[in-house]
Amino acid sequence: MDAQFLIGRRQLLKSGVALGAATALGSPGAFAQGKAPVIGFIYVGPKDDYGYNQAHAEGAAALKKAGFKVLEEEKVPETVAVEKSMESMINLDGATLMFPTSFGYFDPHMLKLAAKYPKIEFRHCGGLWNEAKHAKNTGSYFGYIDECQYLNGVVAGHTSKSGKLGFIAAKPIPQVLRNINAFTLGAKSVNPKATTQVIFTGDWAFPVKEAEGTNSLIDQGVDVLTCHVDSPKVVVETAERRGAFTCGYHANQAPLAPKGYLTGAEWNWSKVYLDFANAMKAGKTPGNFVRGGLKEGFVKTSAYGPAVSEAARKQADAIKAEMMSKGFVIFKGPLKDNKGNEVIAGGKALGQTDLALESMNYLIDGVVGAIG
Amino acid sequence: MDGDLGLWGVPLAIFAGAIRVSTPFLFVSLGECITEKAGRINLGLEGTLVFGAMAGYAISYNTGSPWLGVLAAALAGSLFGVLHGLICSLPKVNDVAVGIALMLLGTGLAFFFGKPYIQPKAPILPGFDLSFGLLPPRLAEAATINPLFLIGLAAAPILAWGFRNTRTGLVVRMVGDSGDAAKAVGIAAMPVRVAATAAGGFFAGIGGAFLSLYYPGSWNEALSSGQGLMAVALVIFARWNPVACVWAAFVFGGAGALGPALQSVGVTQGYYLFNAAPYLLTLVIMAVMCSRKQSLAGMPAELGIAR
Repeated sequence: MDAQFLIGRRQLLKSGVALGAATALGSPGAFAQGKAPVIGFIYVGPKDDYGYNQAHAEGAAALKKAGFKVLEEEKVPETVAVEKSMESMINLDGATLMFPTSFGYFDPHMLKLAAKYPKIEFRHCGGLWNEAKHAKNTGSYFGYIDECQYLNGVVAGHTSKSGKLGFIAAKPIPQVLRNINAFTLGAKSVNPKATTQVIFTGDWAFPVKEAEGTNSLIDQGVDVLTCHVDSPKVVVETAERRGAFTCGYHANQAPLAPKGYLTGAEWNWSKVYLDFANAMKAGKTPGNFVRGGLKEGFVKTSAYGPAVSEAARKQADAIKAEMMSKGFVIFKGPLKDNKGNEVIAGGKALGQTDLALESMNYLIDGVVGAIG
Repeated sequence: MDGDLGLWGVPLAIFAGAIRVSTPFLFVSLGECITEKAGRINLGLEGTLVFGAMAGYAISYNTGSPWLGVLAAALAGSLFGVLHGLICSLPKVNDVAVGIALMLLGTGLAFFFGKPYIQPKAPILPGFDLSFGLLPPRLAEAATINPLFLIGLAAAPILAWGFRNTRTGLVVRMVGDSGDAAKAVGIAAMPVRVAATAAGGFFAGIGGAFLSLYYPGSWNEALSSGQGLMAVALVIFARWNPVACVWAAFVFGGAGALGPALQSVGVTQGYYLFNAAPYLLTLVIMAVMCSRKQSLAGMPAELGIAR
């Protein structure tokens, strides 16, 4: 374990954790002379799924275009299989920078390999990297996509006639809960009586259950839906067929629902990946804890669909402008969860970079659903 | 919104879900029923289902006709069936093992050829509104039925009747119950079994096309999530009776719809348990029905697991 301390000091890292800002990329480190990294990407599903994996693959494509050597493997399950994939990329193809992109790759798989290969840099999407606990050649990056989900909620709140919104979610992990809560807060800012009904399907890709959940919600009077599953294609298409509205997630699904697509929360990974790769090329260690939102260009919103009213556009655009300039606080007290407990005390505001938000374990008041 | 369904939404959703979700189970189990009646087990139907889904979607996308897609899926399924049938006709070949190999081959080929079809949007099959505008819209949605479901529903009693009352049916059953008896009356078991396996693949292919061309209605590598395998298990507790396959498929479809239906009305505690309902149901039904005395009732005697 001593080997990891050879890499060097990271003063910037500390500020990076505190600020959680994209600007914390890199500090002078072990790769003094600088060499273009060989970059390995691992996806949990197919890379053209209109969703999570496609968003990452678009980032990988941007790296390729910038002249980096990129290795990709799709459909790697969150098991030892990912360790084997990473080892073969490292040993056979000489990868020096690894991006295992799925949530379940982080602990224990990526951490185990990082200990075995201290000279290789590992960066994980979404993991909660902790300086005290995790090796220096590991790290995590993520975008504050809940900002876009809040905007989704604002538009949904304007569009919904019944005040009932639906959310098809895969698993109750902090990122998903944060999206559900942000979406609900956005909707409640427009219509205080709005509720979000959540259905957890239990898996990142479970098309039949996603379609079934969408139908059940619409049967219950839900008229605007969004989701957090690997591929929103099924949800968006099913809702379009039933005449309901949808807000997209991960990537732009507007072509799938020309009538009902309102707007969407999209990743913009190209920026993040280029920052990492260029840092390594310049001989710096890529950032260990990288976060950013709309302002930093980590996430973006889809163009408004035809069903979005003028009032909704105006309000969403105004909030977006606030997010882009001085920062907009989504989670502020007093805030209760849907069991009546106070989760954020009155007068307290949790800014986007607040780490407490990354271990969110509650659904706020207005969400119909339970985690367990 | 007028007429909030509230808790009534649950039985409605389970019923509607049963109709929507059960069709692939129905087709695969009918297909497996034919195959097993002739004395072969084809575990590869999961692969056939997935390949059928891919082939159906691809053909529908390329030709613009979803019905051509269904046909292509059925033909592709038959080819897999013929392959299974022929390999199993070689001496000392175990049909269960071949089935597993074909399951992997089918899914693998489907993923390989299916790559370019994950993104595009293919034309899908239409649904019929059986309520004829008499029901409020939300109930009407539950009454919107795909013609494939009706075909499956009609096929079950026809098959049951055919097994009992036609010469072909008798031949299939005889081959399945005793290859020697069939030989004694001058019927070669091999071609009958190959044909029965091909017919099984034909049905399973259609089941796959339903998945990709109607519900959920897009091609995706996680599309089947084991439905083909569950349908094979379903044949066993349907007692190799095609009509019972319909009920079994219904129960499975309804159980699959239970989780989302309950969550949509706000019953959210323990949704993992509800989502596991179809699998729990398999265990319970197996445990109840497979008591030592009656477990083999109705089972074709030549079936691999009976020998």
